[in-house]
Amino acid sequence: MLIETKNLTKRFGGLAAVNSVDFIIEKGRINAIIGPNGAGKSTFFNLISGFHRPSSGSVFFNGMDITKLPANEIAALGISRTFQSTSLFDQSTVLDNVIIGHRLRTKSNLADAIFRTKRLKREEMACREKAMEALGVVGLTKAADKIVAGISQEEKKRTAIALALATEPEILFLDEPAAGINPDETEGLTELIKKLNTTGLTVCLIEHKMHMIMNLADHIMVLNYGEKIAEGSPKEIRGNDAVIKAYLGGSASA
Amino acid sequence: MDILIQQLFNGLTIGSVYSLVALGLTLVYGILHIPNFAHGALYMLGGYITLSMMTLYGVNYWLAMFVSIIAVGLLGVLLERFVFRLLRDAPPLHDKIAAIGILLFLEAFAQFVWGADFHTMNSPYGQVVQVMGLTFTLQRLLIIVAAIVVMVLLYLFLKKTYTGSTIIAMSQNREGASLVGININKVAMLTFMISGGLAAIASSLASPINLVFPGMGHLVILKAFVIIILGGMGSIPGAIVGGYILGFSESLGATYVSNDYKDIIAFILLVVILTVKPTGLFAKGER
Amino acid sequence: MRIVTKRNGLIALLILAFSFPYIAQNDYYLHMLTLSFIWAIAVYGINLLSGYTGYLSLAHAGFFAIGAYSLGLLTVKAEMNFWLALAGACVITCVIGLLIGLIALRTKEHFFAIYTLCVGYIIYLVIDKWEGLTEGVRGLIGIPAPGSIGPITFDTAASQYYLVLLFLLAVIVIMYRIIHSLTGRTYIAIRNSEDLARTIGISTMKNKLTAFVLSTFFAGLAGALYASFIRFIGPDIGSTAIMFDLLMYLLVGGIGTLSGPLVGTLLLVILSQNLQFLQKYRMLIFGPLLTLIIIFYPRGLAGAAFEWQRKRRDKKLSMVRADMHMKAEEG
Repeated sequence: MLIETKNLTKRFGGLAAVNSVDFIIEKGRINAIIGPNGAGKSTFFNLISGFHRPSSGSVFFNGMDITKLPANEIAALGISRTFQSTSLFDQSTVLDNVIIGHRLRTKSNLADAIFRTKRLKREEMACREKAMEALGVVGLTKAADKIVAGISQEEKKRTAIALALATEPEILFLDEPAAGINPDETEGLTELIKKLNTTGLTVCLIEHKMHMIMNLADHIMVLNYGEKIAEGSPKEIRGNDAVIKAYLGGSASA
Repeated sequence: MDILIQQLFNGLTIGSVYSLVALGLTLVYGILHIPNFAHGALYMLGGYITLSMMTLYGVNYWLAMFVSIIAVGLLGVLLERFVFRLLRDAPPLHDKIAAIGILLFLEAFAQFVWGADFHTMNSPYGQVVQVMGLTFTLQRLLIIVAAIVVMVLLYLFLKKTYTGSTIIAMSQNREGASLVGININKVAMLTFMISGGLAAIASSLASPINLVFPGMGHLVILKAFVIIILGGMGSIPGAIVGGYILGFSESLGATYVSNDYKDIIAFILLVVILTVKPTGLFAKGER
Repeated sequence: MRIVTKRNGLIALLILAFSFPYIAQNDYYLHMLTLSFIWAIAVYGINLLSGYTGYLSLAHAGFFAIGAYSLGLLTVKAEMNFWLALAGACVITCVIGLLIGLIALRTKEHFFAIYTLCVGYIIYLVIDKWEGLTEGVRGLIGIPAPGSIGPITFDTAASQYYLVLLFLLAVIVIMYRIIHSLTGRTYIAIRNSEDLARTIGISTMKNKLTAFVLSTFFAGLAGALYASFIRFIGPDIGSTAIMFDLLMYLLVGGIGTLSGPLVGTLLLVILSQNLQFLQKYRMLIFGPLLTLIIIFYPRGLAGAAFEWQRKRRDKKLSMVRADMHMKAEEG
């Protein structure tokens, strides 16, 4: 297993946003986390990626305890993520946005910058190549020089994925990658995720579009009010009573 | 012992003024997330307008204060409408810069109109009173009482009237408020109006025991920022309590530590608070 | 071959800058330009932090004052050699900057701005009140001009101008190199979104701290040069008025641009020198100007110029395309 959470819990004030969740992500699979709005899915991502410190419980990556590591060190280990709202730099080009993704694999510092050392030049080249490679994977080679403000929502989503890929992750967490894009584009994005997976990348995504999830995921976990209520293959989840109840009853608005 | 009580009384007086200024600052921050650096200039302007009304037109103190409240309140409305509204979706940096621009203008304006001199304001309540061994001017008592009256009125307005409740609703959740049909622009203008009015009241009350000059808002605004960080940015009770706390610490610090460095107390307090808790005391939630 | 290129423009500017002492009829202009260059160095410091890393610091007049007073005290009271004192002043500013940065950078956005405003005020108050060390409001007098290096002396207006010019050029080259490097990209990524920067593995605290210390270094260097150029300093150089002046230079020129600090400082210093009658009331014009600029041209004059260039280029491109289209149809 690549990632394992044990008893993972996060409380905000008195409320448990994530309540003692055990979850295992196997290497090479496409995993999905679903659940009604406010079920704690994004918080779960934030806990794994080091944005929130868990109230209790732990997270393991390749058997190593990463519960207390800061976000940037977790990224360096090979865990990458995207955000629900893509926060790219609008005034700059697609390529410039992605180049920085490889920064964590480089070592040059302020002194290298001031003295224009060979190491800096070499690493800049490496970052540029890595960025072009990532843009190639997501199919944006031609858009590399466009200003981000001028590209479509879907292209922005792909740029964000390229940025995550440039960090050379082992596992990629996608927070609602298909939010706000049309059905055709969703189809394209599904293909992209499948393609990434075939190259050996483990994927874990949060998504509200059921059709997409059911046709994409190998393994699904369902959260409701911060608790895991079901886990299994798409087929198992579809027939699960607790899941159906969670989605139909109560405050479900997904 | 007498000194202590006298200083506590002084602290209450200064604290009242701080609370009023901080209230205006925190209201605007709570609703629009603008740290209004120009708020000190509004305070300064309030003092000058009251003074001018009294000296130039011979108007009585209370009427002069009323004119000042209206004038500064309207200026606040103009600032919201023609500056901050245009920047509502801009990066947070822009609000701050715009506010600094306004501050610089208003100070230069005051200097242009009224000159750089220090003025005294003579209030009709300059009599010295002695109660239980305490010596103070009636004006100081007036500051304490008036501040409490204003705070009670503000509380009633915010809690008991519909218009007031829209302000509270918007400070809690801007998107939610606009979804239930609250007109954000109106509420924003109203908030700036109240904020300006509070600044005018504070300076009109404080000027008779201080002086009126173009830079009179500098320290007050900085301290008001310290207060609202102390009390939680956007929190109304926090601004009131924080104001009094600072008032007391300063008057006690001036007596028992050093009069020279009394103005530094607030900033050291702030540095300590933000060092221990970078999001300020009483910050909401983790996100 | 086009004659008006960026490269040729720069060469022309450099030639102009180096020949200015021969062109200027009197020392007054030379003095004014030297002073603007000194301010510009401080503004570059603020730009690195506020423009590129996204943290609006209002403490930099304080760091400027720390640099100035360090040099003043080291030369006047400790009677140190000028160049040693200059290096010492920069080191002192950086150490204080590092300590303040460690704490200040834990705060964000508005909190950072308010925090640094208060830090700036504390620095000012300390200088003003600590008379035993700083002479308080009386100010520090008798600060020596830069000491000679071998045969080169710095006692004329022209030689001081060249010295400051060289420092300014070094600062600009350093800024250029930082911005166009992975380090600069890292700063910009932090400015853009600190959360995103952390997810792509950037240690934001380390990078912010480096940017902060370097920016205080520039401010301190400018302060030290100022002290040796004016030869007299008072607590006022650390006041918020100076801070707001510096901020204005940056905003008018263009925050987050390479040329902005120089353009803004030169323009505003020259403008206010020529409008002497305005000196006292200059904020009547500059205050609203600052507000208008942030509303309509948030990236200042330099940003507006880029925008204009880009539009013109786009227009040209579309005209070329239309042209080709017509030709294709004709053919």
